[in-house]
Amino acid sequence: MFYREAGDFSTTYREDSQTFPIKFDRYRYYAVLIIAFAIIPFLLNDYWVNAIFLPFLIYSIAAIGLNILTGYCGQVSLGTGGFMAVGAYATYKLMTAFPEVSMVVHILLAGGVTAFVGVLFGLPSLRIKGFYLAVATLAAQFFLVWLFNRVPWFYNYSASGQINSPERTLFGIPITGANTEPWAVYLFCLVFVTISAVVARNLTRGAMGRKWMAIRDMDIAAEIIGVNPLTAKLSAFAISSFFVGVSGALFFSVYLGAVEVGEVFGINKSFLVLFMIIIGGLGSIFGSFAGAAFLVLLPVLLKNVLVTGLGWPTDLAAHLEFMIVGFLIIVFLIVEPHGIAQLWRVAKEKLRLWPFPH
Amino acid sequence: MKKKLLSAVIAGFMAATPVMAELTFSALSYRTGAYGNNGIPFADGYLDYFTLLQERDGGIGGESIRVIECETAYNTEKGVECYEATKGEGVLSYSPLSTGITYQLIPKATADGIALHTMGYGRTSAKNGQIFRNVFNFPANYWDGASVGIKHLLDINNGDIKGKKVALVYHNSAYGKEPIRTLEELSKKHGYELMLLPVDHPGQEQKSQWLQIRREKPDYVLMWGWGVMNPVAIQEAVNIRYPMENFIGVWWSGSENDVLPAGDKATGYKALAFHAVNSDFPIFDDIKKYVVDTGKAAGAGDQVGTVLYNRGMYNAMLITEAARKAQEIAGKSNISQADMIKGFEALEMTDARMEELGLGGFGPSFSVSCENHGGDGMVAVAQWDAGAAKWSIVSDFQASDMSVIQPLIDEDSGAFAAENNLSPNCS
Repeated sequence: MFYREAGDFSTTYREDSQTFPIKFDRYRYYAVLIIAFAIIPFLLNDYWVNAIFLPFLIYSIAAIGLNILTGYCGQVSLGTGGFMAVGAYATYKLMTAFPEVSMVVHILLAGGVTAFVGVLFGLPSLRIKGFYLAVATLAAQFFLVWLFNRVPWFYNYSASGQINSPERTLFGIPITGANTEPWAVYLFCLVFVTISAVVARNLTRGAMGRKWMAIRDMDIAAEIIGVNPLTAKLSAFAISSFFVGVSGALFFSVYLGAVEVGEVFGINKSFLVLFMIIIGGLGSIFGSFAGAAFLVLLPVLLKNVLVTGLGWPTDLAAHLEFMIVGFLIIVFLIVEPHGIAQLWRVAKEKLRLWPFPH
Repeated sequence: MKKKLLSAVIAGFMAATPVMAELTFSALSYRTGAYGNNGIPFADGYLDYFTLLQERDGGIGGESIRVIECETAYNTEKGVECYEATKGEGVLSYSPLSTGITYQLIPKATADGIALHTMGYGRTSAKNGQIFRNVFNFPANYWDGASVGIKHLLDINNGDIKGKKVALVYHNSAYGKEPIRTLEELSKKHGYELMLLPVDHPGQEQKSQWLQIRREKPDYVLMWGWGVMNPVAIQEAVNIRYPMENFIGVWWSGSENDVLPAGDKATGYKALAFHAVNSDFPIFDDIKKYVVDTGKAAGAGDQVGTVLYNRGMYNAMLITEAARKAQEIAGKSNISQADMIKGFEALEMTDARMEELGLGGFGPSFSVSCENHGGDGMVAVAQWDAGAAKWSIVSDFQASDMSVIQPLIDEDSGAFAAENNLSPNCS
């Protein structure tokens, strides 16, 4: 009825190839942006930002990054935690070495450093595939964590081996450190998320994304039709690692403020982000958001319902939380193996025909 | 319907509405995960003491007590979530029982003006209260522990450990790395050789570290372990037949849960302690009468009198005594978060007061001041006897070597002050 192509005429090629060809979708997208940028900042407090929005936004960037590599290019990676650590330590070194340079620059540079490291660890992907590549990236995960623990230069020789983000401001407003305002850090991360999502979406729709998908679907066939596997795979590793590095940088500098590499960027983090894209949907930008939301928000929601709402003991609630989240993951994957993004796609198909399905 | 669901979801994310007519404390505990075996007894002792005050005395100074428990699983992200979720409820003091979470909370709690009491863990240089105004780590900290550990080695070697080899088996995290600087400085002073053996989280795999100990035969092994790492290390030491009396853990590696799995062979294992490790105190009769027998005990109620239970109880006792002090200073019973910091800063634990509380001789007497947030650092050595299944203190409580520690504290707190543009002041 209201969700349809009919009556929405594209008169230019530009209009024809836009991200959201359906008018309703487009307006919904603008509405989400307006709510996110203009309304939510006024409603925030410390709890909402630190427990819900920051982790959701930052994990979304990480999931977008991993989705480019795994979902679009088909290269399984278990090194996400390690690459996030590269982003975090790169920002730390940059922000302590050049305090006068803007945080935006530092975070982008940290993404660049991570992209470089990602390409290095992506080199084996030219020879090995599937499970074997997963093991090679797993090596990256353990190596990077070990490196940041072992070499004191990375944590500026601090006694505890931790890195702490000092206060930095943007336009005079603190965005890292302890004296931040909830709306400021939220908007700072939101800008990164929005740009990441738009860039990733357009990359995956363009020639580069098609090459990645060709490699994913069948690399030999892709090579025969003229896709260079070297550039396609390494560009996927570079761009994916860039986003993962940015998310690691934000995770450390804006969200946590102090990081201990073994605990924060351990193998668990790699699995968490991998689960996000599997549950959200491989090869979908929306899926990255949906997966991040599912795995960040559900535990917090369950905890609040069980402990604050029902007053159950915290240990019982913590165990139940594991069981419920695990159970829901299995249910989701049985009902819809292609993730939440596929549910969304099916819903849109249904909407298109509604109210007269044939 | 949709609206109802939405509001239910929003209510789910929001914490409960604040109730300000009582004294609110937090318990960032962990009863799950790789550190749960140590987290549970501590949390039980901590909560039971508050329950005791509530049931026996009706609270503190006439105000009833509310404790909000929040499960962190020893995970910093969950710890931050717990802090943010509870701080709006007027929580007077936080004790996260995790050095990692402490490092997260120091800047946040400083900005929010809430007291942090990290008893025997956390950032050691918080002893310098001129810079860490709201962070307290009395009665002892890691550097005191490292120093007294070495002093104990000096004692049993007639004051000379030159040329001896001392290994440190440590949890590869901020917690385990804390004593390294002090041990390095002390090795310069006393001439022993230090060997560092990190164990990665969670610590179930320590074969290579203990193989190295077997090969290099250090004269003494010190351990900074926590959670599942402790019983594994003690078992490995037993397996390589390392002489247990030369194996000394920090106070976090010295509970019943750590030594029991290794059986009889663990006899002789030593651990540092900054309070009594037995349960022969009048307060336990009250705990039994008012808490356990009335079915109000936290957890399963089976941990009463164990080392970590005692430590949790001791922590709660120090916090509530600080709250009493704060009530006295503020001249009202319903104290604010700022009052609580003043209470901590003026806290004085005398032997007479400990006696009154039914804890005579349980811990050292000390007083806190703005310059010294860390107490006197009195530490003793306890030893495990597997036959009697009991820990007992085998040395005197002795003070740490401040000539080595004080410069380190000044240096580390100075670095924090420089990073955060703070200047030391006590006003």
